[in-house]
Formats: sequence, C-alpha cells, structure tokens
Amino acid sequence: MATHNYNRSMARWLLMPAVLLLIVWMAVPLSMTIYYSVLDFNLLMPGMRDFVGFENYVFFFTDPSFIAGLRNTLVLVGSVLIITIGLGTLIAVLIDQPFYGRNIVRILVIAPFFIMPTVNALVWKNLMFHPVNGFLSFVYRVFGATPVDWFSQYPMLAIIIIVSWQWLPFAILILMTALQSMDQQQVEAARLEGAGPVAVFRHIAIPHLQRPLVVVLMIQTIFLLTIFAEIYTTTGGGPGTQTTNLAYLIFHQALLQFDVGMASAGGIVAVILANIVAIFLIRVVGKTLAEH
Amino acid sequence: MLLNLHSHNLMKTLLATVICWTVALLIFFPIFWMVLTSFKTEIAAISMPPQFIFEPTLDNYRRIFERTNYTRYAWNSVVVSVGSSILGMIIAVPAAYAMAFYPSPRTKGTLLWMLSTKMLPPVGVLIPIYLLFRDLSLLDTRLGLTMIFMLMNLPIMVWMIYTYFREIPPEILEASRMDGANTREEILKVVVPMSKGGLAASFLLALILSWNEAFWSLNLTASRAATLTAFIASYSNPEGLFWARLSAASTLAVAPILIFGWLSMKQLVRGLTFGAVK
Repeated sequence: MATHNYNRSMARWLLMPAVLLLIVWMAVPLSMTIYYSVLDFNLLMPGMRDFVGFENYVFFFTDPSFIAGLRNTLVLVGSVLIITIGLGTLIAVLIDQPFYGRNIVRILVIAPFFIMPTVNALVWKNLMFHPVNGFLSFVYRVFGATPVDWFSQYPMLAIIIIVSWQWLPFAILILMTALQSMDQQQVEAARLEGAGPVAVFRHIAIPHLQRPLVVVLMIQTIFLLTIFAEIYTTTGGGPGTQTTNLAYLIFHQALLQFDVGMASAGGIVAVILANIVAIFLIRVVGKTLAEH
Repeated sequence: MLLNLHSHNLMKTLLATVICWTVALLIFFPIFWMVLTSFKTEIAAISMPPQFIFEPTLDNYRRIFERTNYTRYAWNSVVVSVGSSILGMIIAVPAAYAMAFYPSPRTKGTLLWMLSTKMLPPVGVLIPIYLLFRDLSLLDTRLGLTMIFMLMNLPIMVWMIYTYFREIPPEILEASRMDGANTREEILKVVVPMSKGGLAASFLLALILSWNEAFWSLNLTASRAATLTAFIASYSNPEGLFWARLSAASTLAVAPILIFGWLSMKQLVRGLTFGAVK
C-alpha cells in the first residue's frame, strides 16, 4: 500500500509539467487578450491605454469588414467541408476495393496533406491558376474556352479550391482507415443475401463511418476557421475584402494597423466561434474515451 | 486474391483500376507539375502550351543554394521542428504514462481539457504572444518558435502516446515492479521499448506539424529565425517571381516531410483524430 501511494504521487509529478505548461500557454495569453479587448490600445500611440469597455466590440461588429470577414469565414469553412467530406467519402470507398496498384494510389492521394500551406498556395496561384501561363489556362484552351483569371474573377473560389486540395487527403486518410476496420464478414454476408454495392454502402459503410465523419467534420472546422497562410501568400485578403476571413482581419488589424484593442476584440470573437465547435467535438471524443 | 477471379470480377477490377488511378493522378498532378517545373529553365517553365518533354536542368537548385540563404532557412526548420518535437516527447511521455497507468477520477477530464487547448484559435492569442515575445526579446528567435511549436503540439502528443500506452497490458508493469524496477526504469526499459512504433509515429506527427506550421512562423519571425514556410512565402512577391526557382525551392522544402508522411500514414490517423479513429 505504501508503494502504491508513492506511485500515485509520482504519477502526479510526472503529469505536472504538461498540465502547468498548457495552463500557462492557454490562460495567460487568453486573459491578456480579454484585457486588451476593453482598452483603447494602439501600438502607434504608446502610453495610451484607456479603458473603453465594450467599445472595441461595438466597433468591430459595426465595421463592414467584420461582416465581410465573418461571411467569408463561413463561406470558406462551409464550402471546404462540403467538398472534402463529399469527395473524401467517395474516394475512400472507391480506393477501398481491390484494384491494381492500390498502395501507390493511396500514397499519391494522401500527398497534398503533407505539403506546407505556403508551397500549396504559391504552386496553385502560379503554376496552376495563372491566367496566361498556368496549367489550367492551357486546359481551358484545349477545350476552346477562355482562360479564367481566378484571383481577380473568383478569388474566394480559388482559395476554396486551394484549401480543399490540402484537406481532401485528410478526410480520405481518416475514412480509409475507418473503412479498413469495417467488419468484412458482415459485408460478405450482406452480399450473399443479395445486397448490391449501393445497399452495402448505405446500410453498412455509412453507419460504420458515422463517427469518423463527425470527427473529420469537427477537426477540419477547427483548423479551417483560422486559415491564414493560404490567404496571406495569395490574395492578401483582397481584392477589397473579398477573401478576408476573421483570422486575416485580426492579423491585419493587429500587425498592420497596430490597433491592439480592436484586434483583441476580434480575437475573442474568433475564440468564441471555435468554442462552439469545440464543445461538440469534445463530447464525441469523450464518448470514445468512455468506451475504453 | 487476384489470381482466382472470374472474368466478370476481372473486368470490375480493371474498371476500378482505371477510375482510381485517374482520380489519384488528378489529385497528385500539382505536386508532379511542381517537381517537373523545378527541372526546367525559367523560359520553359512559363511556356504555353506547357512542356512535358524538355531537357532537364539542375540550374534552379544550384541557384537556390548559391544565391539565397536556403541552407539557413532549412537549418532553422530542422532545429525548430526537431527541437520542439524532442522537447514535446520529454514532457508528453511521462504525462501519458501517468494517465495511462495511474488513472484517477480526474484523468478523463484532464485529457479532454488538454484537447480543448488545441481548439484555441491562434489568432485569439496572437497579440499577447507577439507583445510578450517582443518584451522578452524572443521575436525572430529559434528558441521562441521552438517553445510555441512544442506547446502547440503537446496536447496531440500526449493523446497519441496515451492511446499507445493503453495498449500495454498492465500485468507486464506489475511484473517489472515485482522485479524491483523503479518508475524511471519502468518507463525507459519496459514502456518505451514496448511502444517504440507508436512513439516514433507521435514524434513524426509533431515533426510534420511543426515543419509545415505557417501562422506562427510568418508572424513571429523575420529573417534570423525564419523557417522554410516563411522562406517560400517570400516568393509571393509578384515582381520577383521565377516559377522554376519557386518550384525547386518548394520541392526541396516538401520532400523530407512527404517521405516521413508516407512512411507513417497509418499511425498518424490516431494522433490526428485524438484516438477516435484507429
């Protein structure tokens, strides 16, 4: 019993560093952001840090670029989710069946996920999307269409494609792994009973994929809410505010306009948005944990 | 399995092969095109129609090593991502060990709370971190970035390692304790060797996430500690854009991580989904 207690307190000491570090990492900056968000605090005017209450929030919410930022964030997150989860399920099921070169195909399909965002954005912006020399403009010409200048005609769509290309493999990877753990005997039995591939997909694969799908949905949402590098390296939020999302707007206000108070208010809004998603995700993961 | 098929099944497999390969090649095309472009001259790189057959050149790679500080950025990336992953392992392994083998009523709550810190959007803490870093002279230093990356990945590492430790039968630990092993020996001589594969995958995931991280490296570094993500971002300047050189720099920057990613694809799922998918 004595050694047991000894081990317990030992375990606490082993856990302590991780917990303390994460508390500091989360609590200190977050409370500073909350504090700054009620101040009139601009880095260009040192010494001035007046308490202004919720004024920053009022300014932020009435600023037309906030409405644009919020709308763009939702459009970006929503579109990428639909594209990646829709196509991801389809492709995961497709490459789960037997065919020649399955392993190589899997490797090729997963690759974009491991490409750093700045490379991803610049390769698409130039090599693929460029209206004169880009590969897509060549494809357009082959089919007799006029090439599109993606970033001036459809800037948001261009960003959506770039981000979807990066996150599609994530959905495929997770769903593919989940499909591999599917009960093959159950599938065989259903086939012998005369179930076609569509019936198998609907009644066995979809229920089996439910939890992984929810996990993919939420993890992607968390990351997509704060997409930054892809916008920073391609459009810089423009033209106008057409591709400015909340993350970019806050960056712009803080590090380009030096308005700390306003940017902090925006940061808190972003935190609240992420938390709404986080609560659901934590509930799902918590359930998994309970099943252990 | 393919040896014993009826012709109907063979047709189906062939059809699936064609469809799947088409999809895969379409998805992979931008990467293929980037690698191909990196071996072209600047003129061939922007030629229309695009050239698939050309005389390959290594000039772009040579130029990157001669005319840019590529090696410094690459070294920064290596130091920061390897450093933060090692530091992360040192802190995450004991924490995961404590929670996996000495679970208390609070363990589940602690794990979920750790997960919740990962949900905090970085923009929410950008300003205080930036100001703290400025006041502590940590802006544009490798040390500062290493710390951020370590903290950023710590929850994922703890989770992933925890799920691997849970698979070790507790009886084995009982046995080693009977033999008089202390905690340190138990971790280093029993637990760690038994979950080598899992620990390697956790380390690789942290490495991949740090290597590709762009938000903090763009905002907290300028030149001295800038990583490859930031170096590539400097090519976004429309005036000085050279596609072949951009492609060569990009190929060099993504190659190591692409290989690590492919090697550990299967194990990464666990870390990326916090153990919800295995």
